[in-house]
Amino acid sequence: MDKLVKVGMADLNTAKVPQTIRTSGLGSCIGVVVYDERLKLSAMAHIMLPDSTYARSGVINRAKYADTAVADLIGLLEADGALRSRLKAKIAGGAQMFQFSSSNEAMRIGPRNAEAVKDVLASFRVELVHEDTGGGSGRTIEFNPATSVLNIRTVNKGVVEV
Amino acid sequence: MFQYEHVTAGHLDMLKEIGNIGAGHAATALSEMLGKTIDMNVPSVRVVPFNQICDAVGGDEEPVTAVFLRIEGDAPGSMYFMMPAAEGSRLIGQLLNDSGIDFLSNEPNAMGRSALNEVGNILAGAYLSSLSDFTALNLKPTPPALAVDMAMAVLSFGLIEISKAGDYAIVIDTEISETGSDNALRTKGHFFLLPDPDSLEAVFHSLGVNENG
Repeated sequence: MDKLVKVGMADLNTAKVPQTIRTSGLGSCIGVVVYDERLKLSAMAHIMLPDSTYARSGVINRAKYADTAVADLIGLLEADGALRSRLKAKIAGGAQMFQFSSSNEAMRIGPRNAEAVKDVLASFRVELVHEDTGGGSGRTIEFNPATSVLNIRTVNKGVVEV
Repeated sequence: MFQYEHVTAGHLDMLKEIGNIGAGHAATALSEMLGKTIDMNVPSVRVVPFNQICDAVGGDEEPVTAVFLRIEGDAPGSMYFMMPAAEGSRLIGQLLNDSGIDFLSNEPNAMGRSALNEVGNILAGAYLSSLSDFTALNLKPTPPALAVDMAMAVLSFGLIEISKAGDYAIVIDTEISETGSDNALRTKGHFFLLPDPDSLEAVFHSLGVNENG
C-alpha cells in the first residue's frame, strides 16, 4: 500500500491511515477532501468544471465535475463504513491565474468552481470546515486522515496547515 | 466534432509543420530582440492525458513564467509561451540589462513583468500570424496575460474548453533555446498550442487533409 495517494487532474481517490492523499498544481480547479474523523477515512477529488451538464460527450469522467465528483466521494466513504452525518469537508483552489482586461465570463471559472463545490456539499449536508479559495495563486494540497489536517502549499507564500 | 482517437500519423505531421512554421517565426523575432542566435527543436505533437501535460516543463509543481493568449477566430484555442521561472527571469534580465530580476521573489517587479508580457505577446503574435498565413485561417489573439506559478496551475486554465469534450489534449510543443556551448546557461522556452476540439477539423480542412488523414 502506497503511503502517499496521488490524485491527478480530473481524478479522485481515497486514503485511510497511515496514508496521506495529495493533489498538485490546482489553479482554477478545486481540490475537495471529504473525511470521516472517527474512522480516519478520506477521499479527495481534483475538479475542473462546475457541473456535469458542461460535458459534451456521452460517457463522462465523473471526477471532473463538482456535482458528480462530490457525490462519488461521499459514496466511496459510505461504502467503507463512513456515516453521512459525520462527514466533513475542506476545499482549496478556484484561483484566477490570469488577470484579463476583458471581463469574459469564461475567465471566471475558478470562482464558479468554488461556488459549485460549496453548493453540492451543502446539498449533501456535509459540513465545510475550511475553505481556501480564490486569489491568484496555484496550490498543492495534502490531507492527512490521521489528524484531519490539510496542508496547503503555494509558490510564494509557503505552506499553511488548516 | 473531431475525435482524438481518429488522429493519424498524417494529422500529426501536419500539426508538426504548424509548430515548425510558427515557432520558426517566433525564434526569429526573439533573435532580433536579443541580438543572439536562437535555435529551435523539432516540434513534438502529442495527444496527452491531462495528467502528463506538464512533463515537458519539469512537472506539475515546477514554477514557470507563462504568457497566455486565447486564440479567437476560425480555429479557437489556447497558446502559452512558457519558461522555467529562473530562465524567464534571466531572459528578461538580459533584455532590460538588470541582473536583479527574479520573478519568484515577492517584489512587485512591474517593469520585468510588463517586459515579459510584451515578449510573450510579440513571440506568440509571430507564431500565430505565420500560422494564419499558412492555413489561410483567421486567427486573432486576445491581449496577453501573465502568470508566474506552478506549471499545472497555469496550464489547466487552457484546458477548460478541451475538458468539456474529454480528458486528452493535443499539444503542439516547440522548444526554442539560445545557441551556446554551455547547456546549463541556455535560455529555453516552450510554445504550447492547444487547439480546441472543434478547431482541429477547421485546421485539417484548411490544409487539405481529410478526417482520415
